Amino acid sequence: MSAHAASHAEHGHHEQGFVRKYLLSTDHKVIGLQYLFTGMLMALIGGFTVYVFRMQLAFPGEEVPLWGRVTAAQYNALVTTHGSVMIFWVAMPVLIAAFGNFLIPLMLGCDDMVFPRLNRLSYQLFLLSALILIASFFVPGGPFGGAWTAYPPLSADPAYNATPWGATLWLIAVALEFVAFLLGGINFITTAMNSRAPGMKMFDVPIVIWMIVLASLVFMASVGPLIAGAIMLLFDQRFGTGFFNPATGGDPVLWQHLFWFFGHPEVYVVLLPALGIVAEVMTTFSRKKLFAYRTVIFTAIATSIISFFVWAHHQFVAGIDPRMAGLFTVTTLIISVPIAEMMFIYIATLYGGSIRFTTPMLWALAFIAEFLIGGVTGIYLGAAGSDVYFHDTYFVLAHFHYTFFPIAFIATFAGLTYWFPKMFGRMMDERLGKIHFWGTIIAFNVIFIPLFLTGAGGDHRRIFDYSLFPELAGLQGLRVLATIGLLVLIAFQPIFIYNFINSMFRGKVAGANPWRANTLEWAAPSPPPHGNFPEMPVVYRGPYEYSVEGRDEDYWPQHVPPDDPKRPAEQVA
Amino acid sequence: MSTKPLATTRSVMGLPTGRLAVWWVVASEIVIFGGILGSYVMFRLSHDSWAEQAAVTNTLAGAFNTFVLLTSSLTAVLAHQAAERGDGPRAARLLHFTVLGGLTFLIVKAFEWTYEISHGYTIGSNLFWSFYYVAAGLHGLHVIVGMIIMLFVARTAKRNEELHRVENIGIYWHFVDLVWIFLFPLLYIAK
Amino acid sequence: MPYWYLQQASTFAGDVDNLVLLITVIVGFWFLAAEFIFFWLIWRFRARDGHKAAYVAGETKREKRWVSYPHYAVLAFDILILIFALRVWNDIKISAPPAEERIRVIAQQWAWTFVHAGPDGVLDTADDIRTVDDMHVELDKTYHFELHSRDVVHSFSVPVFRLKQDAVPGRAILGWFRPTRTGEFDIQCAEICGIGHGLMPARLIVRTPEEHRAWMAEASGMASATAGTGLVARVEGEGQ
Repeated sequence: MSAHAASHAEHGHHEQGFVRKYLLSTDHKVIGLQYLFTGMLMALIGGFTVYVFRMQLAFPGEEVPLWGRVTAAQYNALVTTHGSVMIFWVAMPVLIAAFGNFLIPLMLGCDDMVFPRLNRLSYQLFLLSALILIASFFVPGGPFGGAWTAYPPLSADPAYNATPWGATLWLIAVALEFVAFLLGGINFITTAMNSRAPGMKMFDVPIVIWMIVLASLVFMASVGPLIAGAIMLLFDQRFGTGFFNPATGGDPVLWQHLFWFFGHPEVYVVLLPALGIVAEVMTTFSRKKLFAYRTVIFTAIATSIISFFVWAHHQFVAGIDPRMAGLFTVTTLIISVPIAEMMFIYIATLYGGSIRFTTPMLWALAFIAEFLIGGVTGIYLGAAGSDVYFHDTYFVLAHFHYTFFPIAFIATFAGLTYWFPKMFGRMMDERLGKIHFWGTIIAFNVIFIPLFLTGAGGDHRRIFDYSLFPELAGLQGLRVLATIGLLVLIAFQPIFIYNFINSMFRGKVAGANPWRANTLEWAAPSPPPHGNFPEMPVVYRGPYEYSVEGRDEDYWPQHVPPDDPKRPAEQVA
Repeated sequence: MSTKPLATTRSVMGLPTGRLAVWWVVASEIVIFGGILGSYVMFRLSHDSWAEQAAVTNTLAGAFNTFVLLTSSLTAVLAHQAAERGDGPRAARLLHFTVLGGLTFLIVKAFEWTYEISHGYTIGSNLFWSFYYVAAGLHGLHVIVGMIIMLFVARTAKRNEELHRVENIGIYWHFVDLVWIFLFPLLYIAK
Repeated sequence: MPYWYLQQASTFAGDVDNLVLLITVIVGFWFLAAEFIFFWLIWRFRARDGHKAAYVAGETKREKRWVSYPHYAVLAFDILILIFALRVWNDIKISAPPAEERIRVIAQQWAWTFVHAGPDGVLDTADDIRTVDDMHVELDKTYHFELHSRDVVHSFSVPVFRLKQDAVPGRAILGWFRPTRTGEFDIQCAEICGIGHGLMPARLIVRTPEEHRAWMAEASGMASATAGTGLVARVEGEGQ
């Protein structure tokens, strides 16, 4: 049922019951925030798991506060939970479903998604998948501990993994999450294709929308084989089949292919929305048009296509034909070219700008600086000759955290601090925002630079106690340093949580367009009522017409008619 | 009654949103079935011994089922034509025939599987059978879901309402048919 | 930079390290250049009173030059790295020099079994020496190894060799190495294999030919495997 009462999205008094308004709403903004809050809660789980296992690594065998001593089995379950939760239940829901749901109708100038009830169903399935995963923490045998990659035969046979219920529940949770995102994708793509405001041509659509739509397409095209694989793995676990069991003629490496055929495009599924968010923030706070907008889109499409041809770089030493490895080295190094180009374009956008260092802008700039590290360290891994050494070491881990952390956290913080006024009608505190920013960024680097070094020094992944390896003894100092970095990182997050919650109720009231930005969401009230726009907007220009020559104002919103060039769109905060 | 958002009624690309949605579903399913069938083919190529397992499948039953599904797709097309002409009750009737086709398909399949399982060809007895039951089972699940949705669409169409849905469920049904067109030779003919 | 931490103990270890160095020089240059330009632009174009931003669409060829030239350069450097990387990969994984001796490595939850050829130098003969969790090889000899798994996917990793290969159940996977340094080194499992994944360290012992012969004489006098650093003693079982 659609709610009709106009009201503030998340808090305050309302005519409808709590359940109808918040839990069963079909309003895209409410659903977007549901995904956001669920993702943020899951991030607490993801963060807690890493706290526990990094404490074990820094102080092996010691009791970890709030946990106790970490057993070998628990360690595996913790790293599995950390990886799975952060990718499937934090990065994807926040970047794609939360921002996508909230922004797409607003930025396109329409009143909701094309299929609001399907949208609600998508969230409900997603929530169910999260609950199933959490349920797996409490079953006999404990949660699954075979890593987020779940290679069989380990993942297929409880005789090997000792987590009969955990393994199946994990698998079902992941499969359900996939279905939820497949259903969500239909809304994003159909709405973006069909529901644009009059006058909004394809190349007038903000980059973040392009990116989210592209990500949904990539997800859909890549997840199918893994769903097939998940069904096969489930049947191996429960119904006595042997798809991945060599004893019955099956092949464990088949799973790896099915997994990574999805797994590699998946990283671009989360990267593209993050890049989109960064573009929106960077253009607004440098008062500049996005450099080569069309090239950004074509480059994103090229990257997406190439991403389907690189997957086996995760399997160089897995037992695939070594000549195939050569082929995948070629494709993997090639994909670095469009990504490098995107980085150059973003950097070029700064040229000639007038840069304001607001909290969102700090995050967006940090994304570029940190992602560059992730990008260049990927070369060591994409080149098969050096990957022989680095595979399964902490070097890989540091590389993907220098890509994933910017994607899942830095870009998210950029987006949240930027669109918070629109979501809640109030401004976040800038000073707290900057303190949180610097604490997080510095701590982040203190965690992962040492881990590049421990990886180069021979630390392998998913090992719960390095003291059994004499050659690795000298690296303990770096491991402790990384853990200290983590503790500092965690210590700074309550500042954000406090800022977020406090500002929701007591922040300075924001107008419709506090950042003086161009895109359509800033033409709606803050927060937008059900239906979004009092009057549906019409679009006259592209989304990045900042600092247009000859005009007084340095911004020119998309919906302002051209015959009134000197009148700005809305009241300014 | 729910009022649809403006977003639902806009059509910048000129494509009705419902049809776009169904094509999206079909595209996702193609990749899923593609994964299963692709894996099956790869295994089959390296397991010549599977030929003696495959010999057991009932080609006659499979052929009959292919005929049944194709006919049901025909009735689905006729239903669409009726809907285009605004003849809801006729469209509903033809959709019911399509459902009947699906039901026949499932009944034949039930007989097949009963025979095979009672003779020891179970899901775990050989990797060929694992693929057989999983692939055909997943397909069967899609048949059942399609039938259920079709019944709902038919009920509304009978009242001459939401006639565009007849085409949409038809597209889904054709896809289900198409998957079978691939399954049939892979599981029944390649022996 | 692996050599900052670990010795090079095989013929191809140096090649891997050199490749790492080459990549470091190239990406290091790009990284520093990009970050430098990035931070310089941030500083140069920070908001100042009275200054308005420029309107640059980046759609003309002239403007795009700034991005397209660098990206062609990236492509060129990628190809350079590619050539070296493929060469190193080929040496390690594709073209192996002829074997002077073979050795069998069997991974399981959670220990390593090694089957050495023994004094006659031929594998699968009566004088083979089986050990658990320690691998004994001779300096300057080219070994072909045959890698097995008894249960799940493991991975045979010898950091000082710069060597790694997954062990897949149901397969016998081949590889090679030639030790260039004597000493005792770590062997790690490089693929999560269950609860004991971190509890299956093994040791590699490289000896001079004389020392190695002495070891063989001593070891083949015994009926069953000595436990080196192995945490679990495994009973004799057949290999795969």
